Amino acid sequence: MERSGTALIGRVARALPYAFVAACGLIPLLAVLHASWRGGAGTDAWPHLAAVLGFSLWQAALSTLLALAAGLPLAWLLARFRVPGRRVMRALVLLPFVMPTVVTAAGFVATLGPRGPLAELWREFGGTWPTVIPSLGAVLLAHVFYNYGVVVQIVGGAWRALGPRPAEAAALLGATPWQVFSRVTVPLLWPAVASAALLVFIYTFGSFGVIVFLGGARMATVEVEIWRQTAQLLRLDLAATLALLQLGVTTLATAGYTWLTGRVAPQTPQVSPEAPPPRRRREWLAVAAGWALVLAFSLPLLALVLRSFAPLERGASGLSLAAWRLLGENPRGSYFFVPPAQAIGNSLLITVVASALALALGVLAAYSLRTPTRRVWREALLMLPLGISAVTLGLGFVLVFGPLGRLRDLWLIPVAHALLAFPLVLRSLAPALRNLDPRLREAAALLGATPWRAVWRVELPLLRGALIAGAALAAAVSLGDYGAALLLGRPDAPTIPLVIGRLLGQPGAANYAQALALASILLLLTGACALLVDRSER
Amino acid sequence: MTNRWWIALLAAGWLAGCAQAPAAPAATATPTATATPAAVASGEPLVIMTHDSFSVSEAVIAEFERTTGARVEILPSGDTGSALNKAILSKDAPLADVFFGVDNTFMSRALAAGIFEPYDSPAAAAMPADVRLDPTGRLHPVDVGYVMINYDRAALRDAGLTPPATLEELADPRWRGQLIVQNPATSSPGLAFLLTTIAHFGEDGAYTWRDYWRALRANDVLVTDGWEDAYYTHFSGSSGAGPRPLVVSYGTSPAAEVFFSEGALSEPPTANLDVPAFRQIEFVGILAGTPRRALAERFVDFMLGPSFQADIPLQMWVWPAAPGTPLPEVFTAFAARPARAVELPPERIEAERERWIGEWTSLVLR
Repeated sequence: MERSGTALIGRVARALPYAFVAACGLIPLLAVLHASWRGGAGTDAWPHLAAVLGFSLWQAALSTLLALAAGLPLAWLLARFRVPGRRVMRALVLLPFVMPTVVTAAGFVATLGPRGPLAELWREFGGTWPTVIPSLGAVLLAHVFYNYGVVVQIVGGAWRALGPRPAEAAALLGATPWQVFSRVTVPLLWPAVASAALLVFIYTFGSFGVIVFLGGARMATVEVEIWRQTAQLLRLDLAATLALLQLGVTTLATAGYTWLTGRVAPQTPQVSPEAPPPRRRREWLAVAAGWALVLAFSLPLLALVLRSFAPLERGASGLSLAAWRLLGENPRGSYFFVPPAQAIGNSLLITVVASALALALGVLAAYSLRTPTRRVWREALLMLPLGISAVTLGLGFVLVFGPLGRLRDLWLIPVAHALLAFPLVLRSLAPALRNLDPRLREAAALLGATPWRAVWRVELPLLRGALIAGAALAAAVSLGDYGAALLLGRPDAPTIPLVIGRLLGQPGAANYAQALALASILLLLTGACALLVDRSER
Repeated sequence: MTNRWWIALLAAGWLAGCAQAPAAPAATATPTATATPAAVASGEPLVIMTHDSFSVSEAVIAEFERTTGARVEILPSGDTGSALNKAILSKDAPLADVFFGVDNTFMSRALAAGIFEPYDSPAAAAMPADVRLDPTGRLHPVDVGYVMINYDRAALRDAGLTPPATLEELADPRWRGQLIVQNPATSSPGLAFLLTTIAHFGEDGAYTWRDYWRALRANDVLVTDGWEDAYYTHFSGSSGAGPRPLVVSYGTSPAAEVFFSEGALSEPPTANLDVPAFRQIEFVGILAGTPRRALAERFVDFMLGPSFQADIPLQMWVWPAAPGTPLPEVFTAFAARPARAVELPPERIEAERERWIGEWTSLVLR
C-alpha cells in the first residue's frame, strides 16, 4: 500500500515538467497556429525562407564551435587546478549572460567601434579600422561572449565532479597523456560537452538581439525574420510557418543529441579531492592565459560601467555621479517611474522564485529521463521552451491567458522564467546523473533507505557541482530576461532590464547614462548571485 | 516515516512560496488611498492597452481616477505594431477597454479589423479637421509627431559642412556613409521616412522613390532595425557617440537632449534638417465589446482634454493634437515642426504598405 502511494507521487512529480512545458509552451504555440495558419507560406516565399534557415543553421554551428573553443580550455583549467580567484572567474563568465543586447552593442562600440581604444591604436600604426558593427564578425564574437559561460559552467561542473582520479588511475596503468585524454577524459566528459553544445546551438540558432543590434538589417535568423514579418506587416501566417521550422530544428537537434549520447555507458562516481594549485611554469602560463581571456571578454562590460560615470555635458571628461543620483528622482512625475531599489527588489524576488522553481523542475526532469521509454521525444519536449519563437510565444500567451483574465498576474513572470531556465538546469544535471552508478542507489536501498531518501541523501549531494552550475545559470537567465518581462510585466512592478529598455526609448544623455548605471547594477547583482551560489560548494 | 514528513513539508513550503512570494508586491502595488465615489465604484479597473512608448504623469492619471472614482490600469503591449497585433488577435475576448497608439500608418488596418466601437466624442469634434482622419468616429486624434532627420551640430561644424538642405542632397557623395535610417519593416520612424520619400519623389516619373533609395544605398546608408540602436549606437550626436552624424529620428529629439541633460546643456547638441518630413498622428479608440463603455468614453474625452494634452509634450515628446494647448519652454525653443510636412492617405498606406516594404527590402537590403 505504502509503497504504491510513494510510486504514484513519484510518477506525478516526474510528469510535472512535461505538463508545465505543454501548458506554457505548446498550447500557446498551437493557439497561434490555429489563429493564423493558412496552409503555410506560399511557394514564392520558400527561396527566401530557405536562405534564412540556412544562415541560422550555419552561423549557429560556427558560433557553437567558437564558444566551445573559448569555453572548454577554461573548464579544463577550473577543473584541474586551484586557479587563483576561481570563484570570481566563474562569476565573471556568467556576467555577459544578463546584459540586454542593446547595452552589449553599446559596449562593443565603446571597445571595438571606430572611436574605441583599439581603433585609435590601429590608426596610430597607419591602418584603416574596418566597420565592426554591423558585421558577421561582431555577431560571432557576441555569440561567444554570451555563451562561453554556459560551456564553462556545464562542462566545468561535470569535469570537477569527475575529479583527477580516473585519469590518474589510467596514467598509473601506463597510459600516455594522449591515451588518458582520448580514452578516459573524452568519453567521460562527452555527454557534458554535448549538453553544453546543444544549449549553445539552440540559443544561437534562435538568436535575436545579437543579430538585430550587431548584425544589421541585412542579416536574418528565423526568429528575427518572424519579428520582421509581424512587426509592421502583420504577416502572422508566414510567422507561423517560420515558428514551425524553428521548432523542427530544435527538436531534431535535441533528438540527435539524445541519440548520440544515449550510448555512453554510465561511469563510477567520484567524490573528488580538491584540485591542486598550478605548479609548473607551463601550468601557470595556462592559468594566466585563461584569466587574460576572461578579462578580455569583460572589457565591453567594464567600458559600460565606466560610461555610466561620465558627466552629462557633451565631450566633458572626468567622473560624475550624476546618472546614479538621477536614478532615484522622478522630475517629470512619470506614472511609470520606479525607484531603482524597487526594480532591484522586483528582479531579485522574481529571480529567487524562478530559480527555485527551475531547480525543482530541472531535477524532476533529469530523473524522469532515467526511464528509457521514448526518451528521445521526451527530451526533445523538455527542450522546447528554448526552441519556441519568443515572438510567437508572446502572441500565444495573449491568446491563451488573455481570455482567462490572467495576463497581468504577477506570478506569470517567475513561471515564464522558470520555463526558460529549467532546460539549463536539466542540461547541467542530466549528464552528471547519467554518470552516477545505479549501484549506489541499490546499495542505499539494501541498507533500508526509501527511494526518496536515496535520492535526497545519496544522489543529490553527489550532484552538487551540477546543481550549483544549473542554479547559477537559471538565476542569470531570470535576471537578464527582457522579452518575457516585457510581455508579461506590469508597469508598476518592472524588472531592471525593463527599466533599462524604457530609458533607452527616449533621447538624452541622462536617459543613456541612467540605463548604463542600471546595467552596472544588474552586473553587480549577477556577480553576487553567482558568488553566493558558488559558495555553497565546499 | 520521518523522510515522508520531510517531503510533505518541503512540498508545502515550496507551494506556499510560489503562491505567496509573487503576491507580495501585488499587495503593495494596489493603491489603497483612492476614495471611490459611488458612481462607478466597481472592483474592475479600466484597462488601457497601448505601446511601450506610452507615458503619462502620475498626477494626470490620479486626476482621472479622482473625478471618476475608477481605477486605471495601463497595459503596455510591445511596439505599435505588436500592440495592435495583440488587440486584433484578442478581439473575441478583449484584454482592455481602450486602445491608445494606432497611428495613421496603421489606421486603416485597425479599422478594417473591426476592433473599435464608434463614439461621438464631443472633445474630438473640437479637434482640427486635418487630424480627424476617421470619418466613422471610431478613432480620435490625440497627438501629432514629425519624423525628421537629426544632425550632430558639432560634427558638421568640425568637418566644415553645412547641413543638407534637401532630401536629394543626401544622395550626394559628400554625405557618403553619414546617414542612418531604420528598417521600415520593423520600425515606425523607419516606415515614416520611407513614406516621406514616396510622397516626395512619387511612384512614377523620371526619378522615383526607388531611384532615390538606390542612390542612398550606393551612398552607403546604414539601416538598423530599431530607433534605439540607430540613435544610441551609431549616431554621433547622442551620448552613445557613434560614428555617423545624420539619423532619422523625431523633430523633438533635440529638445529632449536639452531636457534630459539635467541642466548640463543650454543648447541642443543636435538639430533637424529642414527637409520634408512625415506627420504621424496617434489615435485612441474604445475597444469593441467593453463592459465599461461609459467609463471608456470618459477616458477618451479625458485624453483629448486639457490636462492630458498639456502633459503630452514632456512625457511622449510629440505635439498635443488640441490647438492652443500650452507648450513647455524647451519645446517652443528647440522642438521643430517641418516647413513642409508630407502625408499619404491611410487607405493608400494600407493598400500599398506590403508592396512598398517588399520593394524597399529588395532595393536596399538584399
